[in-house]
Amino acid sequence: MRTVGSLAAVGAGLLVWVGSTRGAGTAARSTALEGATITGKVKFVGKAPANPTIDMSEEQKCAAKYTTTPREPIVEVNANGALANVFVYVQAGLPADAKYPTPTTAVTIDQSGCLYHPRVFGIMVGQPLDIKNSDGILHNIKAMGKKNRPFNISQPTTMTTTRTFTVSEVMLPFECNVHGWMHAWAGVLPHPFYAATGTDGAFSIKGLPAGTYTLEAWHEKYGTQTATVTVKAGETKVADFTFTAK
Amino acid sequence: MTQAERRVGAWALGVMALLVTYAPGRLAAQDATAGKQVYVKWCLGCHGETGDGKGVAARYMLPRPRDFTGAVYKIRTTASGELPTDADLMRSIDEGLPGTAMPAWKTRLSEGERRNVMAYLKTFSSFFTDTSQHPKALAFSSAPGGGNNAQALTIGRQFYDSIHCRKCHGDQGRGDGPSAPDLKDDPGQPIFAANLHQNWRFRGGPSTEDIYRRLRTGLDGTPMPSFSDLIDKKFLSDEELWRLAQYVRSLSPAEAPEVRDVIHARQVVGALPTSPDDSAWSRVDSYYFPLVGQVIRKPRWFAPAVTGIWVQALHNGTSIAVRLTWDDRSQSPDSSWLKYTTRLLESMADDDSTPTVAGLWPDQVAVQFPQKIPEGMERPYFLMGSTSSPVYQWRWTSAPRRAAAGVAHGIDRFDTLPAASAPAAQAVWDHGQWRVVFERTLATVDTANELQFAVGRAIPVAFFAWDGSNAERGTRMAVSTWYFLALDQPTRPTTFVSPVIAMVVTLGLGVLVVVRAQRRGGAGASARS
Repeated sequence: MRTVGSLAAVGAGLLVWVGSTRGAGTAARSTALEGATITGKVKFVGKAPANPTIDMSEEQKCAAKYTTTPREPIVEVNANGALANVFVYVQAGLPADAKYPTPTTAVTIDQSGCLYHPRVFGIMVGQPLDIKNSDGILHNIKAMGKKNRPFNISQPTTMTTTRTFTVSEVMLPFECNVHGWMHAWAGVLPHPFYAATGTDGAFSIKGLPAGTYTLEAWHEKYGTQTATVTVKAGETKVADFTFTAK
Repeated sequence: MTQAERRVGAWALGVMALLVTYAPGRLAAQDATAGKQVYVKWCLGCHGETGDGKGVAARYMLPRPRDFTGAVYKIRTTASGELPTDADLMRSIDEGLPGTAMPAWKTRLSEGERRNVMAYLKTFSSFFTDTSQHPKALAFSSAPGGGNNAQALTIGRQFYDSIHCRKCHGDQGRGDGPSAPDLKDDPGQPIFAANLHQNWRFRGGPSTEDIYRRLRTGLDGTPMPSFSDLIDKKFLSDEELWRLAQYVRSLSPAEAPEVRDVIHARQVVGALPTSPDDSAWSRVDSYYFPLVGQVIRKPRWFAPAVTGIWVQALHNGTSIAVRLTWDDRSQSPDSSWLKYTTRLLESMADDDSTPTVAGLWPDQVAVQFPQKIPEGMERPYFLMGSTSSPVYQWRWTSAPRRAAAGVAHGIDRFDTLPAASAPAAQAVWDHGQWRVVFERTLATVDTANELQFAVGRAIPVAFFAWDGSNAERGTRMAVSTWYFLALDQPTRPTTFVSPVIAMVVTLGLGVLVVVRAQRRGGAGASARS
């Protein structure tokens, strides 16, 4: 019996060793960043549609956080015509074999006032996503990946649950079924070259190696647009996007 | 090592070898190529050639057939987001999914065929070929005892409230929660929260264990989330989750209702209970009848909300009272369900090609009798009679709240009788359930149109229901077939007296025999002395 046991131990050790050498191989290939930057603004032309109002009468705790009737932040345009919640990322142009270290810092998506904050965000493959419930009322978080496995978890109280994604997927939708108006989208990427616009419509993608890139800008209602940008090492270039009212 | 120890050791090795061969999730040998033949013959009509769940019959079904390409499965023993194990897939194939169009294949296909088709449907999704995925069943504990005692159920109810089950399933569990009208599944089809009083329709099985597992794993692809994280976060304990499962189980009857063909209306003395919540009804036998969508006449209806109706009846020699109880998650018309109605109509827009605009429609129910009690077995056409053989009906609507009697000449023509002919009706909607009591005299003046109830006869009866918020109106309804109603005859006093007389006579004769025997014995004894 003892011989069987030690044989098993040796076998297990072998597996661990094979696994660790593979990991070391990939880590060694990660590319150093050379620091080119692409910045820009996302503009909106035309008359922005009115966002639908939300009936929060069932959730007094959330309703109490608003002084005016809350609306679904679908098309958020500021006075200067800047469009928020646009995800801009490098779709193509990076070296095929480049590997980027997975950040250990988590991205946080918060459920507050019965809305997701942020609504649109980027995250790297393997990077932890902290799903936070600040409302302290029941939310369920349904991640509806097609390439990543979809999941659906319950958060009936103030709590944080951490999840990761295994493969690249743009965009991966989230929803809450208790509150049908709650939607969010994550751009899951194998590299760190992405940004989501805030209320000023601005984005900035830093640390790019010199090269020619295809940038894609995604909006939940107006779809996608692409731009091709070439940057030299250390250079900063501007790429603006314009979405037009339908 | 003794001989015995060595033998035990050999045994253990043998068992280990077996475990290695039959690793979990890798059952017996499967042949996907052979499985394809089974699939094409039996599964393709609903699940489609490419496994995307879009077979020719799919559009008549709600919930829609499973799309195998995404490998998202409701019924699993694995964590939310994980692939199902082979055993999970086999369970759904073997047992089917109650309450849906998916039948149990255990009795229809051989075990080999079922294993092969399971192997084939896995080929539709690349997730199953991804070797980094290792679906592993969660470690489930077994149910703590005392599941039926009041204390356990009280704890279960506490957690029903604290994890907000009522948001979708409603306060009493009939799927009438405030979020229920907005629910949709991953492909965007309307979906409703399960009615927790009908465990025989639970997709993953009716038992407390099944319910516990669904709470742990969630039903992926639907709004039902997994509650496993709450145990990890110590929001509730595993035992408390079991209590919740036991509470949910306690909402359904101990056994799934069986259909009995004849409703017996007992005769009582005095006034009949005409209020739906009169406590007298709790002592009256209740009969369950399944209802199905009306799919004979266009516009047809493949997604009925009312799947069964409970019927009770009493009479007092001059009048009859019939109480109908059915679950309906909305008190229609209700504007908060209007969007659901619209989505449902879009989803079910079938071959009728009549674009229908959703409206605020009432809930309705109809009780149907022939106009005269038939002498033989012949009955009018069950679907509201025909022009040559009409039927007599009671119809009740929720808005305006009233009942009427009338004569149906087939599904298209209903002639309402004068108001004086209408049965009395009282109704209550309470947490996802309608309770309606009809009352009418056994005999009426209009003997030509109206059924004259008679004691001791088998009177054909059928039922129809409409849930307005579920887009049901006109021919879009739920129907039953013909059953029977029998007004029991009063029990004659002789029925009770005769056995008593017989007993007294028997006893008397017995006593006589004993006494005579004792006398004879006593005489013998004295002779011997």
